[in-house]
Amino acid sequence: MTIEVPELQAIADRIVRQAKPGEQIEAYVGRGGETSVRVYEGDLEHFVSAQSDGVGIRVIKDGRTGTAYAGTLDATAIAEVLAEARDNVQFGTQDEFAGLATPDGVAVVPQKFWDEELANYATEGKVDLTKDLERRALAADSRVRTESANYDDSWDESAFATTTGIRASGRSNSCYVSVVTLADDGDETQTGFGFSVGDSPKDFDLDKAAREAADRATRLLGATKPATKRTTIVLDPYVTSQFISILSSAFNGENVSKGRSIFAERLGEQVAVPFFTLVDDPTNKLAYTATDIDGEGLAARRNVLIKDGVLQMFVQSSYSARRMKTTSTGNATRGGFAGSPGVGCLAMQVAPGTKSQAELIADIDDGVLIQEVSGLHSGVNPISGDFSTGASGMTIVNGAVGAPIREFTIGSTLQRMLQDIVAIGNDIDWLPMRAVGLSLVINDVTISGS
Amino acid sequence: MSNNENLLVAPDVLSRVLARGRSTGADFSEVFVEDKRSTSAGLDDGKIEQVSSGRDRGAGIRVVKGDTTGFAHTSDLSEKGLLAAAEAAAAAASRGGGGVNSVALGAVMRHPVNNIEKWPDEVTKREKVALLQRVDAAARGVHKAIVQVSAGYGDSRKRILIANSEGVLAADEQVRTLLRVSVVASGDGGMQTGFQSLGHTIGFEVFDQNDVEELARSAAQQAVTKLSARPAPSGSLPVVIKHGSGGVLFHEACGHGLEADIISKGASVYKDKKGELVASSLVTLIDDGTMTAEWGAIGIDDEGHPSQRNVLIQDGVITDYMWDYLRARNEGRRQSGNGRRQSYQHLPMVRMTNTFVLNGPHDPAAIVRDTKNGVYVAKLGGGQVDTASGDFVFGMTEAYLIENGEITEPLRDGNLIGNGPQVLRDIDLLGNDFAMGNPGTCGKDGQGVPVGDGQPTLRVKSLTIGGTAA
Repeated sequence: MTIEVPELQAIADRIVRQAKPGEQIEAYVGRGGETSVRVYEGDLEHFVSAQSDGVGIRVIKDGRTGTAYAGTLDATAIAEVLAEARDNVQFGTQDEFAGLATPDGVAVVPQKFWDEELANYATEGKVDLTKDLERRALAADSRVRTESANYDDSWDESAFATTTGIRASGRSNSCYVSVVTLADDGDETQTGFGFSVGDSPKDFDLDKAAREAADRATRLLGATKPATKRTTIVLDPYVTSQFISILSSAFNGENVSKGRSIFAERLGEQVAVPFFTLVDDPTNKLAYTATDIDGEGLAARRNVLIKDGVLQMFVQSSYSARRMKTTSTGNATRGGFAGSPGVGCLAMQVAPGTKSQAELIADIDDGVLIQEVSGLHSGVNPISGDFSTGASGMTIVNGAVGAPIREFTIGSTLQRMLQDIVAIGNDIDWLPMRAVGLSLVINDVTISGS
Repeated sequence: MSNNENLLVAPDVLSRVLARGRSTGADFSEVFVEDKRSTSAGLDDGKIEQVSSGRDRGAGIRVVKGDTTGFAHTSDLSEKGLLAAAEAAAAAASRGGGGVNSVALGAVMRHPVNNIEKWPDEVTKREKVALLQRVDAAARGVHKAIVQVSAGYGDSRKRILIANSEGVLAADEQVRTLLRVSVVASGDGGMQTGFQSLGHTIGFEVFDQNDVEELARSAAQQAVTKLSARPAPSGSLPVVIKHGSGGVLFHEACGHGLEADIISKGASVYKDKKGELVASSLVTLIDDGTMTAEWGAIGIDDEGHPSQRNVLIQDGVITDYMWDYLRARNEGRRQSGNGRRQSYQHLPMVRMTNTFVLNGPHDPAAIVRDTKNGVYVAKLGGGQVDTASGDFVFGMTEAYLIENGEITEPLRDGNLIGNGPQVLRDIDLLGNDFAMGNPGTCGKDGQGVPVGDGQPTLRVKSLTIGGTAA
């Protein structure tokens, strides 16, 4: 947070100064805005321009915690929020580990989160480039129609203060475009999407977004349902990113200490193949979820989770760290002013291999390229490790991509998949998700179809 | 105008804001005002971790000119704040033009569908917390294999007020009360989980009418049972779905595809299918926002239209789609009470309320008995659908093998996958034991809204099961 926001910091400081003896207080003050443009068939379908603000307060006394929030920065409302949080304290159970983070001396790695060009970008320009994106998607393939083309940007200012001496404020903005496509062939219709993200609209690659949206919709036309079998799968970078994100909860120190992680009791063990290394590094600006501080105001930092297949550590907030008699790893998470801090990985990255996706596929006689998955929230159980998702993609035959397939599932367990990885691609894609994308080849996965 | 007492914003202010919204020549303007107070409490690892209070209050202003919608929202409910938002929305909807209008509002329309006995904000926080402690104790008492219990309580009381330039003025007060419990059991083969929830659009009396300890024991038993579960089969098999647990199948297999906004863009496999047989003739599908106390019940939708009961599929034939204001206006028909939004910060769109399949003719026990080999699903997780192709998945979180017409061994979690129209045609047995299911949150275009679902016990003659066993 290189740009400070004194006005919000003053509000947060004022709240914290009201702490009574024996009371810990944390105040999070936020303000933000968004622009959302949707274009359909060449016309502006909607234009949203909105701002919101709010405050969240956490009070801890005698090991008991209470919280409250309000979606306004009105002074009377802030006083009510503090009173409510204090009132809520009495209903918490005394917990010897409850408490706020304390400064740990780890230096913040400065990053740039604010783009002046985006902040000043003209509204007309946003509408024009959204129309342009839709035109390019339609031009990419004659079988393609659009459901919508979208431009979205947002800005956010926040300030944070605690009675333990943590103070931070900052400002960030970001933007992206996306297009949802449909491709028809007789009675059959398939869906696709493409997107591009950037610090400002000048970074957008509209052609790539349009081409990918057209590809995704058209490549599945005529797809069939594959036969059930065990096989080798290649996860496309977009799918790998979602797969790796699921692992986040297994590294979560709070889950570990509460008996909810498949990695509990496994520190120092070989949990993945020896050529698999996974880090959580929010200090890498290339990561979409890069940040300089965590949800408790401590410096975000690079943590090596799995090195050469061996489990190295768990990620911690100050609370989970106290439970596990260790120190915070700067991994507190927070969902804005209305949320309370949790624990999680912030920006996960698998160390890349040496081959391109085409080279990986060339090594496979019989397999499946998985290009999309669905139902990750309903078919994956990160506590038991059971893994089952809907999928679509292409067959791989004698080292080459074959015919499209859909309406099947892929199944294994998270534990086994990490041990069944046979190759990692070099095709890093910094997708707008919590984990970086690259191709991943996994053996012995069940394809369930007809 | 005694009926206008206690409105969040006075009618004369609303009239001026609506007029300002149309000041650039727009043909429609709308104000949606919301004031929501919520309480939540979380228990984990035997401790009440925290009680939290929330307040969300603000207005969203929508202006429509031709095919373009402008939208702005504000947390400032003063006339000045509302007028500024109306100007922003009007500018957003318009590239010029101009006009001045006045808007006359009628009397306030209210259409309550729930009778609240114990308003949640009048119940002490101590009683709410005590509920969680009872749940914790009950779950832990089921078996020594239970290693962790987490439980959450949440309630909200939301007042909404909607006015639009067509003279609509409508108000509602929406109460929601929710309890959920997650249990982890540990055994030789690793960990397993159980989950149950209870949610209704009434107040704290819901806990007089339902046994929360039983709910907790059921979640715990689910986790313990799964400790001895074997991997689910892979491939296609007959699937029997227990009553009250599989409404999500219809929500995904055809509910979303019957939403008029998706239909109008040709992004649904059910486009141009009104009047056609799309499902087994056993299937009659209803969406009903008036269903008292159910999770998707609303007095009025978020565009000020009273909730209603809509027949979507009658005896397998599509009778109608679901409609919001904009899509109904484009088609020159009435809306159906399905215009909903997550909050004042969101645009409304076509959404389901309580979606369910009516009873069929079959004895539920006979449905299992008549299935030689297959899978019995006693509890489903969430789902996801691609409306254009109709392909959808949904998770099973409690399931068993059916062998020779009997329910036998428990199965590990997994997804089922199918194609909507195919699955609807493949429903060959439908029970006479209708029940509503658990409270759900439906996500669409980034917005979540509370929905309910329900169905009798039924059989799909072939579904693909995403397990790993041969």
